[in-house]
Amino acid sequence: MTIATHIPVVGSRPPRPDGADKVTGRARYGADFSLPGMVWGAVLRSPHAHARILGIDTSAARAMPGVLAIVTAEDMAESFSADVAAGESHVDMQDLSRNVLAREKVLYHGHAVAAVAATTQRLAKEALRAIRVDYEELPAVLDIDAALHPDAPVLHPGMFTRGLPETPSKPSNLASRLVMQKGDLEQGFAESEVIMQRTYTCASAHQGYIEPHACLASAGADGQIDIWCCTQGHFAVRSYTAALLGIEPASIRVTATEIGGGFGGKTTVYLEPLAVALSRKSGRPVKMQMSREDVFRATGPGSATRITVKVGAKRDGTLIAMDALMEYEAGAFKGSPAGAGAMTIFTAYAAPHQRAVALDIVVNKPKVAAYRAPGAPQAAHATECLLNELAAELGIDPLELRFRNATRNGTPTVYGATLRDIGLQECLEAARAHPHWSAPLAAHQGRGVAVGFWFNHGAQSSASVHLVEGGKILLQEGTPDIGGSRASMALMAADTLGIPYTDIHPMVADTASVGYNDMTGGSRVTYATGYAVVEACRDLIASLRARAAAVWGVDPARVEWKDGTATDIEDSTHVLGLSALAALSGRMEGPLSGQGAVNLKSAAPSFSVNIADVEVDPDTGASKVLRFTAIQDAGRAIHPDFVEGQLQGGAVQGIGWALNEEYRFDAKGVLENPGFLDYRMPVASDLPMIDTVIVEVPWPDHPFGVRGVGETPICAPMAAVASALNAAAGTAIRDLPLSPPRVLSAILAKG
Amino acid sequence: MAVRAYRAPRSIPEAVSLLASEPGAFALSGGTDLLVQQRSGARDPGAFIDLKRIPGMLGIEEQAACWRIGASTPCVDIASHAGLRREFPGLVEAAGLIGSKQVQGRASLGGNLCNASPAADSVPALVVNRASLLISGPQGERRIAAECLTLGPGRTVLGSGEFLSAVEIPRAAVRQADAYLRFIPRTEMDIAVVGAAAALQLDAEGRCTAARIALGAVAPTVLTVPEADAVLIGTHLDTDAVAACVAIAQSACNPISDRRGTAEFRRHVAGVLLRRVIAIAAQRAAQGV
Amino acid sequence: MAIHVHSTINGQAAEFLCEPDASALDVLRDTLGLTGSKEGCNSGDCGSCSVLLDGSLVCACLVLGAELEGRELLTIEGVAAGSELHPLQQKLLEHNALQCGICIPGIVIAAKALLDRDPSPDETTVRFALAGNLCRCTGYDKIIRAVLDAAATMRDSAGAHA
Repeated sequence: MTIATHIPVVGSRPPRPDGADKVTGRARYGADFSLPGMVWGAVLRSPHAHARILGIDTSAARAMPGVLAIVTAEDMAESFSADVAAGESHVDMQDLSRNVLAREKVLYHGHAVAAVAATTQRLAKEALRAIRVDYEELPAVLDIDAALHPDAPVLHPGMFTRGLPETPSKPSNLASRLVMQKGDLEQGFAESEVIMQRTYTCASAHQGYIEPHACLASAGADGQIDIWCCTQGHFAVRSYTAALLGIEPASIRVTATEIGGGFGGKTTVYLEPLAVALSRKSGRPVKMQMSREDVFRATGPGSATRITVKVGAKRDGTLIAMDALMEYEAGAFKGSPAGAGAMTIFTAYAAPHQRAVALDIVVNKPKVAAYRAPGAPQAAHATECLLNELAAELGIDPLELRFRNATRNGTPTVYGATLRDIGLQECLEAARAHPHWSAPLAAHQGRGVAVGFWFNHGAQSSASVHLVEGGKILLQEGTPDIGGSRASMALMAADTLGIPYTDIHPMVADTASVGYNDMTGGSRVTYATGYAVVEACRDLIASLRARAAAVWGVDPARVEWKDGTATDIEDSTHVLGLSALAALSGRMEGPLSGQGAVNLKSAAPSFSVNIADVEVDPDTGASKVLRFTAIQDAGRAIHPDFVEGQLQGGAVQGIGWALNEEYRFDAKGVLENPGFLDYRMPVASDLPMIDTVIVEVPWPDHPFGVRGVGETPICAPMAAVASALNAAAGTAIRDLPLSPPRVLSAILAKG
Repeated sequence: MAVRAYRAPRSIPEAVSLLASEPGAFALSGGTDLLVQQRSGARDPGAFIDLKRIPGMLGIEEQAACWRIGASTPCVDIASHAGLRREFPGLVEAAGLIGSKQVQGRASLGGNLCNASPAADSVPALVVNRASLLISGPQGERRIAAECLTLGPGRTVLGSGEFLSAVEIPRAAVRQADAYLRFIPRTEMDIAVVGAAAALQLDAEGRCTAARIALGAVAPTVLTVPEADAVLIGTHLDTDAVAACVAIAQSACNPISDRRGTAEFRRHVAGVLLRRVIAIAAQRAAQGV
Repeated sequence: MAIHVHSTINGQAAEFLCEPDASALDVLRDTLGLTGSKEGCNSGDCGSCSVLLDGSLVCACLVLGAELEGRELLTIEGVAAGSELHPLQQKLLEHNALQCGICIPGIVIAAKALLDRDPSPDETTVRFALAGNLCRCTGYDKIIRAVLDAAATMRDSAGAHA
């Protein structure tokens, strides 16, 4: 019998398994689920940016026909045993509970105060209007300086800044101060021949996922709860909901629906605990979906920041000392990604003396949530723009400056890890060799280059593979697919098992059907879940070999698994493929499966280099991105189309953040632009094609050399675009976004 | 109030009667402004009176003295009309700029006019082309100049039971041409931060014999500046003449600062766009439309 | 008071009741169970609810359910012919042009509207035709390539039949 040789598929570009459903409208997202008897939930939101809640009177609303349940903070758990570990950071359950439903105070305009369930959406909204909340308005704190002022109104009376040399005696709005450093800054600056200090600001930007949060929750009479929701982490939804409502996690089954974008913004909970609480109270399934306005007003954007960078260097451009003060707005509760920003801000550079001081500052705005490499884009904007300014001042080519100072393997970082197996040098070389770098520019056009870095994440993943009659493989994993990871899992499984890609049927299983998985985030899915998938396949292979040995009555050591087939090294007539093995299960020891579970402590960092060309209309300040090249080290591109897609999508988010995206608040803390009309994300006509170069410096700790790719793409574009625009306009604008009025002002000011 | 009724009258008198009698009646044309406002609470209709099934409300008709455009004609039809484009390229471009392609499939001149946003894209181009508006109402039909419709942001002169039924634009003469430009931060999808329109008439020697400019989003209603028009007459639209025109127009601007732009930005860009539309209109007129 | 509407959706007669202010999108998703058209903003700014109304590209969220009376609607569910995908759908898959996919129903409809009237658009024309369809995942690059490729394929097969 001839055994078909398996041609490796990792690195090829097959269509994704969920693709047909998505192009035909058959795929079901968070708002696409219904159940018989379903009712609608709606949320009452604070009209004030800062106020004490004196009382909530729901009696009138409860009496309305069609209103089946109302919940307030009283329906949430009072205390929690411990912080719930989820994703890349621990979550303070007291804070999360209060963000889901305000307790003593409302802390931002749009803060959830109560939720109702009614038989129609219209009735639910009318019921909201009938709830009486008694507020005592308080002065709102709306920016960093206002928050840090000694006389500032304090958002949290129990907030005593952590990380200061001495614990303060008074509460403040500075949640924490974190310092990361290496070397001796004073010495470094003393040795420097040139010192440059600049301050850069970024406005708050939203992840901008097109699908608003939505869920359906159904609580049974026996206490079993089902939730369907669009989320990046359905196990986290289970953990948070259980903790917030005092329910046993095992009683909750969460199904991750298809998700219409997350980018970090769907790694927490807003609606799910409310829907469950309403379902328990009403005895009916409850569906909730956020309006676009609520998404903007009341979910977590990325932090607004002010970052001051000071760099000391030799005249030849060698960087010696790098120091940053990083002020990040956390929104209403502590927990901005200032620390993550500090980990990334100077890590691409070999300067021996580095310090990053990260301040986490609360303000009366929505609590920030993760946004793709949280904290890093703002940090990269500051460092990379300053280095471009330094290069111009020293008369050094900006790419050459990066070559001179790029960090190398074996360099310790400020956060303690030592870099190894990195691909920064390769990315820089790819940039220098790329035709974009040497293409000519016309008048009013400028070019910018920037480096990006994200450390990526490992963490816990589980997967199972099952041999199904007919010889196909059912692959169950538990990390929601936000970028095409099901296809990548299938590719890795196909190559591990030596069978066609189309023989693998991957699915994201619900929380009751697969082992625990940390959420999709931290660029960890292809890496960690892929690792678990490979382990599960290897586990299955061991069982397949043992089974074949049993069928033949031989020692398992004689059995090999290759090209999807078991063979006997001592008897060439012994050949069994998956289909045959599946068919034999009933006569042997039963069904065959494999399990894999990992908790990866090390993760592969990834570097990028971006080149942007921007043209400016000097009469109006309008700008246009003419050309963009994104170069990134992916370790190993399992599915190159999806890796390219990540580079392109992240680039455009960065371009949007650089040019037009910003949260605008009025003097009372009300968001002025809670919609896609005035929160201006790039549209198709705003952009050129985004060229990509995938560099592959394999990460040796992963069976396929995979490195996380999803987050690094957003790190460098803001600085690349800002530097290009400033070069085109002859300006030095250090505040984002570079909206036309700001650009025109700068052009007119230089005379 | 909740929207209690949707009605689709089949005649003008029926529509007039419904608009006058149904509590909270609002005329519904394309709906691309009204439905958004109803959901946000900015407007509070009690009934939608859909005008689109009334004969004559849709359609573009070439007449001897004017073009007649039904007030509910979707902009996509205006933007793709070759005949209109030949005579009024600026107006046709303006109509084609309102919103996305999806919005274009519904948005109408009637809606754009009666929504009375200072930033309406169609208004400056209609005004410079001396468009007049046919209003149907309880007293029959009346006609007003396009620039007379709006009293302020969101407010028009329409009385109870009245609605816009058609827009009429006098035929363009030889060597008469228009142009419209707007400033938006992206390339599509934005409300105009500033809009500028110009219509010019040249003689055989290229001298300007008639001129009209109009600016949008720099005042509560569309801004016409006759003194600015006047300095162009008799000139060859040389740099100095245009600069003088632009200066007068800029000083007449009364823009606000909002989430879309500052007053200073609007005033400055109004001048830039005006210079550009005059140049485009002049070039088109010289080509002998 | 609910309004009784008779319409044609994806080539089939559809009859439903709706409130005076219910949008066509509400009717499609909540009354008729056609959840392929998505709600991204409910204000006509994202295009994820794009449908063809009597062949014209519109946002279903900006059309009232009542306005569908006597009209024909094409939604994403009506684009493929059974299991035979439209070239646009096929090319989006081949180019792996979708990531989360939420914008894709609207993109398919908007691109179909473009190719129905302009079989040979260039890149700029395609970009402006899709300017009303927000995508946050892809940066639009592969989507544009897929649409151009679909246009070429459709021209080739039209030529083959000529």
